[in-house]
Amino acid sequence: MEKLSKKRAEWIYKKMNDIRNFEDEVHQIFSTGSIPGFVHLYAGEEAIATGVCAHLTDKDYITSTHRGHGHCIAKGCDLDKMMAEIYGKETGLCKGKGGSMHIADIDKGMLGANGMVGGGFPIAIGAALRNKYLKTDDVAVCFFGDGAANEGTFHESINMASIWKLPVVFVNENNSYGEATPQKYASGSKRIADRASAYGIPGETIDGKDLMAVYEAAGKAIDRARKGEGPTLIECITYRNYGHFEGDEQKYKAKEGQEKDLADRDSIPEFREYAVAEKLLSAEKADQIEQTSVEDIEHAIKFAEESPIPKPESLYENVFVD
Amino acid sequence: MARRITFMKAINEGLDMAMEKDERVILLGEDIAGGAKVDHLAKQNEDAWGGVFGVTKGLMPKYGRERVIDTPISEMGYMGASVGAAATGLRPVPELMFNDFIGFCLDTILAQGSKMRYMFGGKAKIPMTIRTCHGAGASAAAQHSGSYYGILASIPGIKVVVPSNPYDAKGLLIAAIEDDNVVVFSEDKTLYGLKDEVPEEYYKVEIGKAKIKREGTDLTIVTIGKMLYVALEVAERLAKDGIEVEVIDLITVAPWDQETVINSVKKTGRLIIIDEANPHNNTATDIVAVVGDQAFDYLDGPIKKVCAPNTPVPFATNLEQLYLPNADRVIETAAELIDDLKK
Repeated sequence: MEKLSKKRAEWIYKKMNDIRNFEDEVHQIFSTGSIPGFVHLYAGEEAIATGVCAHLTDKDYITSTHRGHGHCIAKGCDLDKMMAEIYGKETGLCKGKGGSMHIADIDKGMLGANGMVGGGFPIAIGAALRNKYLKTDDVAVCFFGDGAANEGTFHESINMASIWKLPVVFVNENNSYGEATPQKYASGSKRIADRASAYGIPGETIDGKDLMAVYEAAGKAIDRARKGEGPTLIECITYRNYGHFEGDEQKYKAKEGQEKDLADRDSIPEFREYAVAEKLLSAEKADQIEQTSVEDIEHAIKFAEESPIPKPESLYENVFVD
Repeated sequence: MARRITFMKAINEGLDMAMEKDERVILLGEDIAGGAKVDHLAKQNEDAWGGVFGVTKGLMPKYGRERVIDTPISEMGYMGASVGAAATGLRPVPELMFNDFIGFCLDTILAQGSKMRYMFGGKAKIPMTIRTCHGAGASAAAQHSGSYYGILASIPGIKVVVPSNPYDAKGLLIAAIEDDNVVVFSEDKTLYGLKDEVPEEYYKVEIGKAKIKREGTDLTIVTIGKMLYVALEVAERLAKDGIEVEVIDLITVAPWDQETVINSVKKTGRLIIIDEANPHNNTATDIVAVVGDQAFDYLDGPIKKVCAPNTPVPFATNLEQLYLPNADRVIETAAELIDDLKK
């Protein structure tokens, strides 16, 4: 695995800030009523998408979740077009036809956020099957929540990835709650990673708030996949800053104790501190990245707000390839 | 004269030629070869089954296990994997052993494969052909005999074809595999042994185009799949009474050929649809609605449909035969429409 370079540390810090700023802004704007539908925000989980996607190119594929904005940003999707999509505008990444829960950009290897919990597993192994069949060294990464781990697709897909030694990494974002139900209630196994042994693949549980822990575990698993050694399951312990969706009162969240400690951690300043101490990032550069990120998100909002809504005739377009 | 081969062999040949032509075509399914990792079969490069009915027999030995992929019994896993492989550039042909298993994998078709292109603003292409089988008449009872092409046909973003004969089966399958959309290719399991003339070359039958199998002026009968043979028997019998029946094999149930059906109804003024599916919210009801709306002024009587009853498929042979639409029922229905036939 490649050691973290200055250039990559800067990329990571920018992406983490972009995700946080994007989501904090969407949170604000949603409360004003300018964004239709449902949004599920990724803020708090930035270390996972960025720590994993730092190892990927546009030729690698990812599948994502309801909480997909962070994966999109980390995979290199255009911020302006993403924001426009969430606003339901013609200039959106999906021409305003997908929205937050179905945002995708196949050209960037982003195979879609997914409105179906657990919907990404089989799609990811299909992309990995394609990579293997065409004898590429590209990989697929399947991001999934702790809720999705209890869907049948988890079992069928991981088992198939194992028997066919597919180049895929299953990255679990265990943020303690599937919707409003605690993971400790919904899962018979304490650790989701423990289930890996049932499929004969490696699994580990890591600190999902620690960028470097994610970066190293993902790097190892992705290398293994690229070398044709098969899938890995990584469980990242994390926490979401907001509710399951915007408007969720979050009555279930703990007010104190271990869970509250996890909730209070912020991987962005944690990574800044680490990167500056390791001389991967100067304080000036970090400040500059923070500023640029704020400006980029402001630009995205302006772009989205000024963009036209989709033309009525587009309702009928792209049902089929003509 | 072309050779005569079975419906099953025609499908096998269509798959073979599509695989020969395009390396991106792969097959996935349960026991489509069979015997994976069995040493004595591997040594002889043999498949164990070649599909539960033998439709894919010989394809694994010819193309290898990389292209003819035996899956675990995991319908949502391999159907979803087919969607993922199609979205990323392959042309998978997954086999759902019986269409009755659709419940296990419907999400991958209903919520994923059929919607990706639309949801992603036109960026995705899902060139995937789902082969499956339907139909009563094989004593397979309620969980292996249903006809669910109509359920799939109601989903936007997928095409559904139901061939009635070996010639159409081969040409439609090749057309489906070349199509850049999700196409469901539903085979009637009781037709597998049916023989007819099939050209040896690579050819396509157009998806979305019905065929007039017999011309007539007094009554139009539209059929799906093997119901064609019921209609042809009806046409023969009614011809003896001087009634000329026009028989249309619909071939594609989504999108179905409205033009051919409506033009025929304008000529005959009477329409019966024979659909083996259960009677409500099926393809026949859709045809009734569209023809009633667009050709009402040409109709000399109500549009009739002859379908399976609103029951699961029974096991006992006598009950199963009662379940299936037959020529007697269609002729009774025709008598309600045609004065000369009224007793």
